[in-house]
Amino acid sequence: MSISLNEVKRIASLARIAVSDVEAEAARAQLDGIFGLIEEMQAVDAGDIEPMSHAQEIVLRLRNDAVTEVDQHEAFQKGAPEVEAGLYLVPQVIE
Amino acid sequence: MFNSSLKELSALLSGRKTSSVELTQEFLKRIDAKNPELNAFITVDHDKSLAQARAADTLISAGKAQPLTGIPFAQKDIFCAKDWITTCGSRMLSNFVSPYDAHVIERFNAAGAVNLGKTNMDEFAMGSSNETSHYGPVRNPWDKKAVPGGSSGGSAAAVAARMAPAATGTDTGGSIRQPAALCGISGIKPTYGLVSRYGMIAFASSLDQGGPMAKSAEDLAWMLNLMVGFDARDSTSLDRPFEDYSRDLDLPLAGLRIGIPSEYFAQGLSSDVERVVLEAIRFYEKLGATVVDVSLPNTKLSIPVYYVLAPAEASSNLSRYDGVRYGYRSPEYSDLTEMYENSRAEGFGAEVKRRIMVGTYVLSHGYYDAYYIQAQKLRRLIARDFSESFEKCDVIMGPTSPSTAFDIGEKGDDPVQMYLSDIYTIAVNLAGLPGMSIPAGFGANGRPIGLQIIGNYFSEAKMLNVAHQYQKSTDWHRQMPSI
Repeated sequence: MSISLNEVKRIASLARIAVSDVEAEAARAQLDGIFGLIEEMQAVDAGDIEPMSHAQEIVLRLRNDAVTEVDQHEAFQKGAPEVEAGLYLVPQVIE
Repeated sequence: MFNSSLKELSALLSGRKTSSVELTQEFLKRIDAKNPELNAFITVDHDKSLAQARAADTLISAGKAQPLTGIPFAQKDIFCAKDWITTCGSRMLSNFVSPYDAHVIERFNAAGAVNLGKTNMDEFAMGSSNETSHYGPVRNPWDKKAVPGGSSGGSAAAVAARMAPAATGTDTGGSIRQPAALCGISGIKPTYGLVSRYGMIAFASSLDQGGPMAKSAEDLAWMLNLMVGFDARDSTSLDRPFEDYSRDLDLPLAGLRIGIPSEYFAQGLSSDVERVVLEAIRFYEKLGATVVDVSLPNTKLSIPVYYVLAPAEASSNLSRYDGVRYGYRSPEYSDLTEMYENSRAEGFGAEVKRRIMVGTYVLSHGYYDAYYIQAQKLRRLIARDFSESFEKCDVIMGPTSPSTAFDIGEKGDDPVQMYLSDIYTIAVNLAGLPGMSIPAGFGANGRPIGLQIIGNYFSEAKMLNVAHQYQKSTDWHRQMPSI
């Protein structure tokens, strides 16, 4: 299979990664190689085998409905690019 | 001292022949001398390490020492350690000072062990050569032109060069075993679910598993005793009774059945690796083991299956890096979307972006069934191959890597060539089985070769027994590079 330049740009946009035309072209060649490798799967008729999502057959645990986390927002926000009054700042999204 | 086992170091400390501060200073000195050449560590912090060493010495004086109290360990920079910069090999986290400890780090701290520093790695553990690290490639101590393997290449190089008594690693598709093989050390990836993933920066959550890297199987057993344990903060952590992983080290191997999969000795395996691995298996026969043929017919499918599932999980896991709450934010943007897009474009390296894009694609509308569900179905076939094989044998043996360490830059710009070098390790992660690598000889170029030992679920004590008996009568694991 061959992937088009527009598809590369669409995937990059979905993944929220900026790509220039030059980068998209370079990525296209490499993604082609990777998808070529992945295509080998299609030769196998897996029929109605149950998909395996996990290594162990585990059931997710439930815990008591109680507060377990203590408020550490100051410690956690120390590493944030921009914070004001305990809030993360981002460019304005609502006029 | 640099060649001492954990058991020997523990005895030196408890017998007051040395102190944790002295031991830590010696290793820090060695790191300062060798790291400029090898680039095995991203962060070293003498003050933090020595403060832990002093605390350990106080515990020892008070008679409160545990087996690993006072011993310094290198920690892969994927494990969050409170107040340490934790980069995961990425520019994205170059300024990230972790506000908390990973479960694994908590375990080492509670045992009174010393954190010797954070080791270099492929960015977000995506790589097999350490060349994708934002902090530059690690060099193989056996030959500085060569890669150390990846993604835990810094940990492997640090142990091989005796810059640390032992180290931690993580293994998503071979990232403990392959660098252990390429650097001539021992490493084990435990059964999925035994070591908590809490605070271990996520790549592909259904495959990621932490484990120890050390000079011998005995050291690995000591470390596993510390690292394995239930943790409610990891939803896939297994709640099992405590096991002493060193309990069976000295059992004889008479009657051991070793499964040899023909698929692991097929086209693509270099002749010197084949020779060394077959010699090691013959040695096991001398120790009383018998060899049986087994088949893992879906081995070839493991690479495409992995390169659907791991990127799919990665694209989801790495969506958290948005330049808002922590990590890198681009200085240039005009709106929110551009802030996300530029921060991620500049914060991630090429391989990470490639895998996020592959994952985004296979999960996107119209492709989900053809790729993701198909890969999950084949994952089950791959796991079944192993369970059928383990009806006939106790362990499976084969090469860890198809060749010795390749040169830095050799695989060039072709990601697929790099992916193919993980052919013998990936299936083990897909099945969730334990796998290990131990040194078994050298290639024509003088670079180390690893023997891979794959066990059934929860058979780590047996695998360590198998490895320890080999190491008791051979000295490959004692060889060290002349650097």
